[in-house]
Amino acid sequence: MSVNELFKKELKVINMGLESFYEELRSQDVETIHVDWKPAAGGDKKMASLLGRLKGL
Amino acid sequence: MIQSIVRKNAYYDSVTLMLISREMKSMEGVEEVLVGMGTELNLDLVRNLNMFDANLEDVTPNDLFIAAKFNEELVTMEQLVNSFDEQINRKKEASAGDYRPPTLRSAIDHLGGANLVQISIPGQYAAEEAEAALKAGLHVMMFSDNVSIKDELRLKQLAVEKGLLMMGPDCGTAIINGVPLCFANVVSKGRIGLVGASGTGTQEITVRIDQLGEGLSQVIGTGGRDLREEIGGLMMIQGIEALLKDPETDVIVLVSKPPHPTVEKKIVDLVKQANKPVVIDFIGGDAASIIAAGATPCVSLEDAARKAVALLRGEKVEDFDGFDAPEEEIEKLVSNAFSTLSADQKYLRALYTGGTLADEAIKYLGENYPIYSNIPLTPDRALANLGGLEGHICLDLGEDEFTRGRPHPMIDPLTRTEFFKTHVDGSTAVVLVDVVIGYGSHENPAGAVADSVRDARARLKEEGKNLVVVASVTGTDKDPQDLRQSIASLEQAGVIVMPSNAQAVRLVDLIMEKMSA
Repeated sequence: MSVNELFKKELKVINMGLESFYEELRSQDVETIHVDWKPAAGGDKKMASLLGRLKGL
Repeated sequence: MIQSIVRKNAYYDSVTLMLISREMKSMEGVEEVLVGMGTELNLDLVRNLNMFDANLEDVTPNDLFIAAKFNEELVTMEQLVNSFDEQINRKKEASAGDYRPPTLRSAIDHLGGANLVQISIPGQYAAEEAEAALKAGLHVMMFSDNVSIKDELRLKQLAVEKGLLMMGPDCGTAIINGVPLCFANVVSKGRIGLVGASGTGTQEITVRIDQLGEGLSQVIGTGGRDLREEIGGLMMIQGIEALLKDPETDVIVLVSKPPHPTVEKKIVDLVKQANKPVVIDFIGGDAASIIAAGATPCVSLEDAARKAVALLRGEKVEDFDGFDAPEEEIEKLVSNAFSTLSADQKYLRALYTGGTLADEAIKYLGENYPIYSNIPLTPDRALANLGGLEGHICLDLGEDEFTRGRPHPMIDPLTRTEFFKTHVDGSTAVVLVDVVIGYGSHENPAGAVADSVRDARARLKEEGKNLVVVASVTGTDKDPQDLRQSIASLEQAGVIVMPSNAQAVRLVDLIMEKMSA
């Protein structure tokens, strides 16, 4: 969807990260969903990069 | 006593944890407390506070820890942990029942027709998620910082290729289809479109447009590095092109720090072809190329708003470098303020939470006075060179050096409250502050400033001294904190509230001029 097409649509937001941003969208009745995000591979950088490479395959 | 506990595989976002830490710190008997995820940065903070113990040795970024230094006669670790649980459960209850998918992919599947992803996860993970979002055809607003410039370029190139917005990294403000994202105000819908590379600069322009009785069609953020040579203004150009094509937009405003010359040329060339009036505030930048492109340059953020409104209404466009109030009223305000000061009160303390607003102040006042700062105009005016408090100081308290391990001062006023205590003394004549309200910001920043002012006044009263405090509020009467209420609580504390940052800065300049005469 191009930028100009987006301008004509109702905004529907996926929030990843600060929960306060999600709560504020919800308080404005914006359709939104909050991702229960956690660092990949428990934050282990080496494992995360391996996972990243696997996903790229 | 120093103690810590670790909860394996319990993830909470940093702002939530920092705010809870702060509440716990105010408990009786608690000297210091840090609640965080086991990242290297957080563990460094624990070490710096001498609270590191054996419990924390195997902690990972996916584990939650609570480290505390406390007086065991007054409080126990158990009570601290209970307080944490109570606060986190209160938060959980507030959003109970909402489904929270574990990944971006499952969120896309669950929320039919999602069109934008707002990302504020730690920087080292943010680029990968943004790339996945763009590849899935979604526009991205990225608040996260600490993303490499190489990743930013790659993401923005991908966005341009797919015709999408990649707002950020480090993008704090946007209003898309009337929805304020991250740090933004509730403004009227209208026919002025804006593309901004500076968050509080964008907020200041949009609220002034709203106050002048007009509104915004779209507000696109780019992130602060977009106009650097390496990025080449990819998102500002994408934004301008979209606004040029948008039938709801009649006037375009661009705001940024001065771009790299090669990027400026690209933007100016595009603006030359524009069939809509364009107002440009390259804060402190050169006006010549803007004029040559047939666009309108500005002398302040407020001036940008006024010119955009004038162009929209077909009115005469002229620089606004004065005041809303009549000259006599301003003169009276200045002499009244001056008359309350003692001869040994000489210095300015400008304590800003908004980076672009601080920048606007320092560029204006720095022309006439030596202003020491963490964002100095010249290296010799770096705050470290001042040493003590005998000089004029203007600080951007949102810079990294002041936000390590604590929320940005727009989210939590604590940093500024502390600076009021340490940097406002008997030699201070004038304090200048910004109060930024709107979504993203603290629930009552004006109240926090009012408390600090009362506290400082009480301290100075013991020396038989007064204090002049000048503020402006970046907000609208539709914001959750309410503009009028914010102004009222500042005025009750004796703060002079000006209608814009530019007018607050100019008033301070007049008071300082009188002081040095």
